[in-house]
Amino acid sequence: MNRRTCLLALASLPVWRIAAAAEPDQAPPVTFDPVLPGRTLTFPADHGAHPGFRTEWWYATGWLALPDGSPLGFQTTFFRVRTGLGEENPSAFAPRQLILAHAAIADPRLGRLRHDERAARVGFGRAGFESGRTRVWVGDWRFEQTDDRYHAQVSGDGFGYSLSLVPAGPPLLNGAAGFSAKGPGPRDASYYYSRPQLKVSGSVTLDGRTQSVTGLAWLDHEWSSEYLPQGAKGWDWIGVNLADGGALMAFRMRGNDGQAIWSAATLQPAGGPAQALPPEAVTFEPLRHWRSPRTGIDYPVEWRVRINERRFLLQPLMDDQELDSRRSTGAVYWEGAVGVTENGREVGRGYLEMTGYGEKIRVG
Amino acid sequence: MTLAPVFFGSLARRRVATLFSFAAIVLGVALGMAVEAVHDAALTEFGRGLRAMAGAADLQVVGPRGGFDEALYARLAARPEVAEASPVVEVETQLVDSLDTLQLLGVDVFTLARVTPALLPRPAQTGAAEGDARFSILAEDRVFLSEAAQQALGLKPGDQLRLHAGSQPLELRIAGDLPGAAENRRLAVMDIAAVQQHFAKLGRLTRIDLRLTEGVAPAAARVALQAMLPAGVLIEAPAAAENQAANLSRAYRVNLTMLAAIALVTGGFLVFSAQALSVVRRRTEFAFLRAIGLSRRSLFAWLLAEGALVGLAGGLVGVAVGHALAWGMLAVLGGDLGAGFFSGLTPQLQFQPWTTALYVALGVLAGMAGAFLPAREAATVSPAQALKAGDEAALLGGRGHPRLGLAILAAGLAACWLPPINGLPLGGYLAVDCLLAGGVLLLPVIASALAWLLPTGGPVPSRLAAARLGAAPGHAVVAAAGVLTSVALAAAMAIMVASFRDSVDEWLGQVLPADLYLRVGKISSSGFLDEPQQGRIKAVPGIREIRFTREDSLRLAPGRAPVALLARPISGDGHEVPLIAAARPGGGAPAIWVSEAMQDLYGWRPGQSVEVPLAGRPVALRVGGVWRDYARQTGTLMIDLEDYRRLTGDRLANHAAIFLAPGAVADQVAAALKATGEPGALEVTDPGFIRGMTLRIFDRTFAVTYLLEAVAVGIGLAGVAASFAALAAARRREFGMLRHLGLTRRQIGWMLAQEGALAAGVGVLGGLLIGGAIGLVLIEVVNRQSFHWSMDIHVPWGSLAWFAGGLIALAALAAVLAGRQAMRQEAVLAVREDW
Repeated sequence: MNRRTCLLALASLPVWRIAAAAEPDQAPPVTFDPVLPGRTLTFPADHGAHPGFRTEWWYATGWLALPDGSPLGFQTTFFRVRTGLGEENPSAFAPRQLILAHAAIADPRLGRLRHDERAARVGFGRAGFESGRTRVWVGDWRFEQTDDRYHAQVSGDGFGYSLSLVPAGPPLLNGAAGFSAKGPGPRDASYYYSRPQLKVSGSVTLDGRTQSVTGLAWLDHEWSSEYLPQGAKGWDWIGVNLADGGALMAFRMRGNDGQAIWSAATLQPAGGPAQALPPEAVTFEPLRHWRSPRTGIDYPVEWRVRINERRFLLQPLMDDQELDSRRSTGAVYWEGAVGVTENGREVGRGYLEMTGYGEKIRVG
Repeated sequence: MTLAPVFFGSLARRRVATLFSFAAIVLGVALGMAVEAVHDAALTEFGRGLRAMAGAADLQVVGPRGGFDEALYARLAARPEVAEASPVVEVETQLVDSLDTLQLLGVDVFTLARVTPALLPRPAQTGAAEGDARFSILAEDRVFLSEAAQQALGLKPGDQLRLHAGSQPLELRIAGDLPGAAENRRLAVMDIAAVQQHFAKLGRLTRIDLRLTEGVAPAAARVALQAMLPAGVLIEAPAAAENQAANLSRAYRVNLTMLAAIALVTGGFLVFSAQALSVVRRRTEFAFLRAIGLSRRSLFAWLLAEGALVGLAGGLVGVAVGHALAWGMLAVLGGDLGAGFFSGLTPQLQFQPWTTALYVALGVLAGMAGAFLPAREAATVSPAQALKAGDEAALLGGRGHPRLGLAILAAGLAACWLPPINGLPLGGYLAVDCLLAGGVLLLPVIASALAWLLPTGGPVPSRLAAARLGAAPGHAVVAAAGVLTSVALAAAMAIMVASFRDSVDEWLGQVLPADLYLRVGKISSSGFLDEPQQGRIKAVPGIREIRFTREDSLRLAPGRAPVALLARPISGDGHEVPLIAAARPGGGAPAIWVSEAMQDLYGWRPGQSVEVPLAGRPVALRVGGVWRDYARQTGTLMIDLEDYRRLTGDRLANHAAIFLAPGAVADQVAAALKATGEPGALEVTDPGFIRGMTLRIFDRTFAVTYLLEAVAVGIGLAGVAASFAALAAARRREFGMLRHLGLTRRQIGWMLAQEGALAAGVGVLGGLLIGGAIGLVLIEVVNRQSFHWSMDIHVPWGSLAWFAGGLIALAALAAVLAGRQAMRQEAVLAVREDW
């Protein structure tokens, strides 16, 4: 399990501000399904939820273009959490499963993110998920799959969107056929596949004004039962739709000293088979830092990422893509649209996520 | 020209009389101020608590205490008018082995954040709790206590908390506090699913807080949403609970304020009597002032100012004393003065400039009102006439105004039939005022009648005293008016309280017929006896009969406080119920037995067909009869347990009345009953204990009243002493003459004693008559309209007789003491003074 566990911890109410990396103080009374190597992911069944596992998310990010051509970034995240609580409680409110959602729009004209979040326990039609196909919702926010098309619907504070996402090809399995190691230990792993090159169409509402948009997006679907590897403090992650039709996913787990304790990548050349790359094939090198005026946190907003012999330069759509919801839920991280160049030539666009740069988040 | 020393100096010259007028006004103002300040503090605190609890909720869905179907939550939350719906399960719960109770809210922390953020729990940051703090608000065994509650219970995060849940103790761990409601001493919060499971509320909610979508008007949404709700579930504005609490305690507050007002009126009377006598003594002085050019109007104004000065001083000191008193009462008795309306609050006293100014003004007004008649009298006398000496006896009052007095009494009688206005028995209070005013106006008639009735023979001092009463009733009237007011007040309160206590005592006997009572803790919303537990209780040997009771509360109308529902075995004729009116037994719908409050508030009559929401459905029932309920003022319904179970399917019980088999030993049966549940879970008491406790609470509630009575009577008595002191000083020449005629000092003293006794006797007699009538008004009108219960009249003849006799004796003593000073002078000197 992996990068977004912490996000999950951050994404929810203050009670979860305690870092997800914290050791559980006692053995949970329930057994979560384990992530084991060798399991074959089957579709469409694995598009749906896996409620036996502790955590699961559907994470869509991408670049949009307004009718006048100006760019926007968007993020839609739905988490499902099995709490291990209330398993025996016959109450319809029993908090066995929770749905949490984060949404954001990156608008260079505003210069910072518009974002909002929702959280609810599953039940009473207020929040839920489906198995067998992608369908997860909380309140009037939803992310669902009909046939092979995804739909994201969100209406938050000062923004909203209704987007249709159509994949160009079959799911991209990360790691060993979907078994994605997150650290050196055998238990630090998740089931993880991506849907790159999603064609986006729909509408975005900003401050009450609705406009149609088109774009290109990336979807991650990942589920697991174990926490982050020991000693991990945060991570850096990218998902890039390459202009030639290929796709690149890479991440690294950072220890307390800021050094990588694990990294991995999946590179899918246009039309070719995906390559899963080992830790030594991936390096993240920060180039330029930006300090948040709100939180005082320094984020490396420009990166050089080495994948085997190739070197990609990451530059943000705008520097301030920090998601600061300390006033409501306490989550602080950087999640933003980046342009990717190789040898001075634009080769793709994607999303960069950076967590664990602020100390405060984790002590909550 | 400054005349201040002339007039205000006169106040200083008759120090004692001024002091008592001042004291009475201080008392009235202080009491009124204290009651107002305490109540205001309590209501403010109560309202703040409720508002914090309601948070940003625009509307609240409420129902029976037992709750309503949780499916309603999903339907309401899905409505377009509703931005967020926050479901709540609320239970009153009691700590095991303790009398402390908690208001435990089962909440959904996810919806709470957007509707009532003040209730959001905060996990403790202690090292031990940190590991599991992540999900502690969702955990089934974790509870969050407000900081004030933690302090009150002496607990901290990480500690165990044992609560009564059902008939089992429930062990919880304190996981943190409630920063938004830190000052609420009784508040606990845990996850809604856990509360549903532990307190047998599965599938039930007791409240849904709604935040409406922006732009939706609450009034319109209310209509639309109410249409979706089942019977007995209502939509309220969050302020409704605050209003209900204010209404509930308002009658109590108004009663106390009325007592304060009566003390103020007494003060006015004392000012009146002091001024009346003083004005007579200063006639020559006034005539002189008039003769050298003081206008009639100025004289009137200056005399009025004398009263106003006393009133102002009394008002200023009164509000200060009132605030001190309020502070003390809050510290000792709590915000409801011990009456139990606002349990668990820690109100803060606040200085209210406008209220304070109002009470100072009331003091001034009392002083001016008292000074008004004497001032007018003094101003109307022509200087020439007044300069002639020897006219002191012509006091105002004279023969009184018997016709006016009778008319006012008749008006008071009519006022008794006025319905309550805005829930307040204003007609009753008007009647009390009329009775007092009419009584004072009729006082001269009473005095004459008494004089006429007195024996004409006897020793000289007695004949002199009687003659004086018959010939110059004005003197006696002035002294007696204060006595009448305070005696009337004291007698009325004594009769009312005695009747109330006697009726409650008898009622307790009726409602507690069994030998033993069993209940789960003290609080019925969290503790209950399930069917297996009921079976175990039934199986205990030594029991002849057992009657289980189920308690709930229903909402019958929006904006109204909930109505209690009791289900217990009741036969067709309702003989188990303390009935005061019954319908002829008739077939058809099952019978429901309603308390007097239901009759007053909802107009339900015996034999009437009514609809009662049971289990979410309107059920047609027939009012079998009306019974007396001193335990609840907002209405109580009683229904046969079998009918209730058939209609609702609810088979739980809250307590049981146990009748012992012949030969069974109560203690043994009680021990066996307790042994059927977890240790400490069941409580078995005998009716004597419940009765004793109830009467103790009753006496505590009325302790304030007794105190008020004692002080009012004391001041009335002091007024008599002051009047006689003034009068005796004015009669120095008369005493001298009597000494010349051969009466001994002792005989004059004896005469004065009899005069004092007669004057006080007139006041006491009038006071008892008027007090009896006021007592009747308090019982039949004020109490009935305020609290909706009737009572049997019980006059405490013995204590009233002691009280009256003691008062007359004290008045006689006061007259003698006052006269002694006047007689100290040489008789010759006294007579020569004027010749």
